[in-house]
Amino acid sequence: MEGLTQSSKDEIWKILAEIPDPEIPVITIEELGVLRDLQINNNKIIVTITPTYTGCPAMKLFEDEIKNTLLQKGYSDVFVKLSYTPAWTTDWITDEAKEKLKNFGIAPPVKGTEDKGLLFSLNKKNIPCPRCNSLNTTLKNQFGSTACKALYFCDDCLEPFDYFKCF
Amino acid sequence: MTKNEALINYSLRIGDTCLILGQRMSEWCSNGPTLEEDIAMTNISLDLIGQARTMLTYAGEIEGKGRTEDDFAYKRNEREYFNSLLSERPNGHFGDTVARNFLQSAYFYHFYNALISSKDNMLSAHATKSIKEVTYHLRHSAEWVIRLGDGTSESKEKIQNSFDEIWDFVGDLFETNEVDRLLLNEGISVDQTKIQQEWNSTVTEVLTKAGLTRPNDGYMQTGRLEAKHSEYLGHLLAEMQFLQRAYPDAKW
Repeated sequence: MEGLTQSSKDEIWKILAEIPDPEIPVITIEELGVLRDLQINNNKIIVTITPTYTGCPAMKLFEDEIKNTLLQKGYSDVFVKLSYTPAWTTDWITDEAKEKLKNFGIAPPVKGTEDKGLLFSLNKKNIPCPRCNSLNTTLKNQFGSTACKALYFCDDCLEPFDYFKCF
Repeated sequence: MTKNEALINYSLRIGDTCLILGQRMSEWCSNGPTLEEDIAMTNISLDLIGQARTMLTYAGEIEGKGRTEDDFAYKRNEREYFNSLLSERPNGHFGDTVARNFLQSAYFYHFYNALISSKDNMLSAHATKSIKEVTYHLRHSAEWVIRLGDGTSESKEKIQNSFDEIWDFVGDLFETNEVDRLLLNEGISVDQTKIQQEWNSTVTEVLTKAGLTRPNDGYMQTGRLEAKHSEYLGHLLAEMQFLQRAYPDAKW
């Protein structure tokens, strides 16, 4: 490939920004806040991503997905770098992406809940049910179907739902 | 001892404790008392193994001999492991697991909280990330300590026994040696005395809430810093390392 320019950098970012999260395909790795940086150095493409959780099994998938997607577009010299600072937080998930999560059936992280940093989850704010918006919901399990989710139950529509916990 | 040697050892202590407790928690997979708890315990296991990976990889990077996280996990013997004696305690019944995890998570919570200010960028980043996870682990186990202690007379008796049985192993968490002193001077490691005070107050608070009696601090088992372990670690490693030992360098 010929020399990579600023315009190819923009194009590469666009390609990267459209890669879906492997577990939650309605949001992209950019919207999730995992995609952090793109550098081009001597025609090498260096993509920086940050792990959501230390044990997130999707990290390897993110890396493979990034390399495969760029390879299909003709970019082969790709390095994926992991960065740990600043630490990923659910605050980086855009409002638009939160809406998509909700429509997908996952209650998005609610800012100002007592999820973060407290020893006891007393007096917790209720999480709205993504189906019927009821606040009459109960936490069933702080640990859910994936590392990023908790399991809730809606006492009005009687359906269980996943909540994307605050980190 | 050089600063790098100390830093490798310090990272292994963190990584090994995470790995061994993570392996212990994974033993609950499909054996949990309820489906929800099964999922919770395996989630905690996943977090811990993730934390272990970061620290073991880091130890290999500083060492600079090309050892990977897998080399550290699968190719070291018992006497090369620096995990806490507490983390290798067997799961026992659910209450035993809850008591062990609570004491270890309370340690990690205060330890990481202090390590965030480390002058070592990687340790500080690791602590900033991991404390978010450990907060959930601590809350999970603390709530269970209270539920079991404040539950039926049988659950109370069992969880009290769990704490009494395991108490000899908490002193090991706060032992220090030359590594700590060297790194503390550099602003890299944490002050274990301070961690112990904070740990004491969290543990006392939760045990009091649960209506349980805090066991007396008597004779304490130690060994973590010299990689001397109880009889349980060898068996755990035999299972965890079986595949790599039987088929060296096997890949998925």
